[in-house]
Amino acid sequence: MKYVLQRLAFYAVTAWAAITINFLIPRLMPGDPVEALMSRYQGQLDTGAIASLKALFGLDENQSLWSQYTGYWSSLLDGDLGLSFTYFPTPVGEVLSDALPWTLALVGITTLISFLLGTGIGVYSGWRRGSWLDGLLPVTTFISSVPYFWLGLIAIALFAVKWPLFPFEGGYDSSLVPAFDWPFISSALYHGVLPGITIVLSAVAGWILGMRNMMVTVSSEDYVMVAQAKGLSERRVMFSYAARNAVLPNISGFALSLGFIVSGTLLVEMVFNYPGIGFRLLQAVGAKDYPLMQGVFLIITLSVLAANLLADMAYALLDPRTRKEA
Amino acid sequence: MAVTTTDVVVTDPVPPAAGRARLRFLRGGKTRTGLLILLFFVVLAVIGPWIAPYDPDAMSDQLLQPPSADHWFGTTHTGQDVLSQILVGTRGVLVVGFLAGFLATVLSVLIGVSAGFLGGAADEALSMLSNVFLVIPGLPLIIIIASFVEDTGDLLIAFVIALTSWAWGSRVLRAQTLSLRRRDYVEAARATGESTWRIILFEVMPNLTAVIASGFVGTVIFAILSEITLAFIGVADISHWNWGTVLFWAQSNQALAQGAWWWFVPAGLCIALLGTALSLINFGIDEFVNPRLRTATGASRTVRMRVGFTPVARTTAPEGREPAGQPSKEHSA
Repeated sequence: MKYVLQRLAFYAVTAWAAITINFLIPRLMPGDPVEALMSRYQGQLDTGAIASLKALFGLDENQSLWSQYTGYWSSLLDGDLGLSFTYFPTPVGEVLSDALPWTLALVGITTLISFLLGTGIGVYSGWRRGSWLDGLLPVTTFISSVPYFWLGLIAIALFAVKWPLFPFEGGYDSSLVPAFDWPFISSALYHGVLPGITIVLSAVAGWILGMRNMMVTVSSEDYVMVAQAKGLSERRVMFSYAARNAVLPNISGFALSLGFIVSGTLLVEMVFNYPGIGFRLLQAVGAKDYPLMQGVFLIITLSVLAANLLADMAYALLDPRTRKEA
Repeated sequence: MAVTTTDVVVTDPVPPAAGRARLRFLRGGKTRTGLLILLFFVVLAVIGPWIAPYDPDAMSDQLLQPPSADHWFGTTHTGQDVLSQILVGTRGVLVVGFLAGFLATVLSVLIGVSAGFLGGAADEALSMLSNVFLVIPGLPLIIIIASFVEDTGDLLIAFVIALTSWAWGSRVLRAQTLSLRRRDYVEAARATGESTWRIILFEVMPNLTAVIASGFVGTVIFAILSEITLAFIGVADISHWNWGTVLFWAQSNQALAQGAWWWFVPAGLCIALLGTALSLINFGIDEFVNPRLRTATGASRTVRMRVGFTPVARTTAPEGREPAGQPSKEHSA
């Protein structure tokens, strides 16, 4: 229990830090982003948008930094993230809540698959060092050195252009209306295959490597030797003794690499024009849509924190040492 | 990527070995391959702009040509030479990667070693800081900071990447410093009245060399990937050639739909090759620090790895005289 409370406190502080960074960035940067935007849009922004921008970037000269900060928090707690320019006059919150389910599904499913696959392969290759599985290591190193988005480009070039097996872009067939029925869901799954495979392929290498190295380290521990000396079956020693202990650092590693995976997913979405958060971020960058960019950063950070919290809970369940002090 | 998932393994410090043993990690095939590829790219970065056959910005009437003797990597939709773009772009990639890696390593050493060595409240505060930076996703933060700045030159990009990527190294260094802090030789140095800074610089730091080196290489990989990504999505200055810029133009001019594979394949392969080289160097360092990780290559070829047992040299232990208590089916491994 103490462990869980500690983690909760840590994530609360991290969330506070992320929100504060988000608040400070536009205020610490030189130049006046609103002026730049107004000249860019040449009068296409109405006065309401300019006012909300000024409030967002703290260019209201009459307010102290502290009162801007409290004002920022109160509007944040109301769920007000400002108005997006790209989708003007849609609030940023609405743009993001349309996009979030796509990203969550894509990241969630691919991360689960690559974690299970990578850990499984890692257990075997760490246990049987020197077997043919070691030949896999250079390949995985190579693939993990490739940027996610480039692998996505190659996947499109091969499987959407050269051999048109899968759709080129988008999250679903544009003739369908999003709804919870079979045609839509099957179309969404079909469109998700290529981005999904791209992410799994890039992400799995890290899991294999981490798990292999931990297996190698764990398998020379005394308790593994004792288990073998007792004459337990090899399967049992491998899974219940070695792998069970080796997977623990991999789970805390999971929490840490999540930010990396999410960043990679954002890029894959950009390449595939997938209707998730990453594609919105690309649009926001292209149009210098600062409110949308900052909203994307906040929502990504908060989701990563939530996922980390879940991983910590799983860790507490798997590792009795964290529960001992309760 | 590989760097982010390997966990903090507190290994025994590198023995204060003589110069010959210290250079031993160069003998591994992996490290040597990695260093050779890296050297190749460093040479390209230096001489690239001189040996480039064309001006990377110059347009010609040979539009979207596949690779040929005139244009080894083909041409773009405006007749620019892709090979020249990649050659000229190598310098930017390496400069930003190594500069960011260097800055981030300095930060991580400062924060990680101080946290581990000082302990107490300072440790709590510094660990908190690095853990916060560790969980906040780096790329979106880099994108936001970079897009708020008007002038996004190489220097600024390197600085922003360094600012967001020091935390991992600092965490590893803190763990390692903690395990060194109470060793006998450190206590002895303290007892003889050496100052704290002298102990940190001359007693602790030499034993962290391998960890610092591997953190540096890992950060360089991350920095190169981030930099190319920033150029690819158009946040960084696209008038400045690097491999990401090549990919940016390829993507925005529908190279994929036109089947112009030569436009984006070479740049990606260069990234992958450079990344692999750096990862190989890192494996070499890891195996140097933690000999258990060595695969059956090079010097350890004659040694049979057995689960739960010390490696046994096969030449001295004839087949059939393996240690008892092992299921014999493992011989096939």
